[in-house]
Amino acid sequence: MIALKNVSVIFNQGTVNENQALTNINLNVREGDFITIIGSNGAGKSTLFNLIAGTITPTLGSIHVKGRNVTHEPEFKRAQYIGRIFQNPLLGTASNMSLEDNMMITYRKGFKWLKRSLNTKMREYFRSELLQLKMGLEHRMKENLLMFSGGQRQALTLLMMVLSKPALIMLDEHTAALDPKNAEIVLELTDKFIKEHKLTSMMITHNMSHAIEYGNRLLMMDRGEIIFDAAGDAKKELTVEKLIEKFHELRHHGFENDRALLAE
Amino acid sequence: MIEGILVEGLIYGIMVLGVFITFRVLDFPDLTVDGSFPLGAALMVQGILLGMNSWLALLLAFIGGVIAGVITALIHNHLKVPNLLAGILTMTMLYSINIRILGNRANVPVLEQDTILSDISSRLSGILPDEYIMLVFFLVMALIIKLLLDLFFRTDLGMAIGAMGNNEQMIISQGINPKTLKTIGLGLSNGLVAVSGAFAAQYLGFADVGLGQGIIITGLASVMIGEFLVMKSNRIGVLTLCALAGSILFQAVMYLGRYYGYIIQMTPNDLNLIKGLLIIILLVLTQSRKLNIAAFKAMVQK
Repeated sequence: MIALKNVSVIFNQGTVNENQALTNINLNVREGDFITIIGSNGAGKSTLFNLIAGTITPTLGSIHVKGRNVTHEPEFKRAQYIGRIFQNPLLGTASNMSLEDNMMITYRKGFKWLKRSLNTKMREYFRSELLQLKMGLEHRMKENLLMFSGGQRQALTLLMMVLSKPALIMLDEHTAALDPKNAEIVLELTDKFIKEHKLTSMMITHNMSHAIEYGNRLLMMDRGEIIFDAAGDAKKELTVEKLIEKFHELRHHGFENDRALLAE
Repeated sequence: MIEGILVEGLIYGIMVLGVFITFRVLDFPDLTVDGSFPLGAALMVQGILLGMNSWLALLLAFIGGVIAGVITALIHNHLKVPNLLAGILTMTMLYSINIRILGNRANVPVLEQDTILSDISSRLSGILPDEYIMLVFFLVMALIIKLLLDLFFRTDLGMAIGAMGNNEQMIISQGINPKTLKTIGLGLSNGLVAVSGAFAAQYLGFADVGLGQGIIITGLASVMIGEFLVMKSNRIGVLTLCALAGSILFQAVMYLGRYYGYIIQMTPNDLNLIKGLLIIILLVLTQSRKLNIAAFKAMVQK
């Protein structure tokens, strides 16, 4: 469904600060894939996401969505069919607006007109959807999001994104800024929603056991390259030890250092 | 005296609503205001002098303001100029344009011609006591504009503009171009400021290129006084009402400064200093109030 063809990203090309962030990436995301992505800091995971979301354009190569070349489509246009959640829980919602207003804004993608869509029927619908989160938010529809915890806001961002039915969802370490308990809740909700709505998804994580537990495909990245791609049965057989071994086998550098970063 | 303060507070209140949109809703400190206020005044006065219907001249002033705001937005969006500088550029250019509109003069009076205000006065005299006609008229005008704004910010488009001021990434993630929303917001804001300028010109009986000097400070101080009146609210109706109330209070303070300032050896030239100091005092008070609330919360949690 989404294909990256020979994509390279070079920051500050031609200057002393030249930095090859991604080197010749070829990736084909199939419909219904749930891909987990691991890699140490600076491996290019977030750059890969920025590339697919349209925050940056590749230096070389092209990006295709359902056969259409979207390499130069701006981020806001691609957001019509791509949902993205960031590590920072504040980026998904507006702090100074009420919960129901936030849900109304994110309910439908695309430009908004002079129409008042928030009515009793919509409120009832939002309330029933909020029940799925089991956080008691359905009683706090008029409260400002400033009053909510990071975990609640991230769960809400997730729910609102699922309701807008994107073709691809991208989760950029979306539980990393939360405390362990909330991180677990949000991750379980993520898995539940992805399975229920059969969403095509990509998830960056620093936690190797999560990367193995969730999804049907695993990518390992290092220094701007995808060095390992396991899907289906090959992924099911993976363990943390096997992954670290694999990493060592493929790359012969800085193992001890990377082991700490990868395994946390 | 009290009617004078209220009338001025309400006339400038329309401008304060515009400043409230940019500074508080859009989070875009827009200095175009200093140019769009006299632009509204100039267009109104010239419209009347050309024999236009005075309501049509008011519409012309509004459209002129919208265009000024859109230009600032275009400079900011497409040339990647920081928002403050974009506003200053438009404001500077508007100074020359305003003098052009006024026919290469800095000051044009409209004392003999029919204006909206003279029309209203002649219609309502006899029904209402003369000294209250202006007050009632501007109260109705300011409230109509306030209610229309409240309605606007509760539509899907208005809510999206509000969300953008909070969190631009959220709007991008919704597949909306934030540049479009900024353009709409700035246009609306400066349109209101121009309408305020158009009323001010009729009330004063002239349009002057210097009318806009320091308007942004007046607007900002009024918005801040209004915010100081109530605790934080997320209801747009409360916020716009506070902006209007803030404008009236600000005019009251300025009135006191103008008429009783001589007691402390103050001249009208000191008013700008007073405006600036007022904003600084409000900032200090707001800060200390925030600290107090935080300290109180910490106590309760213990």
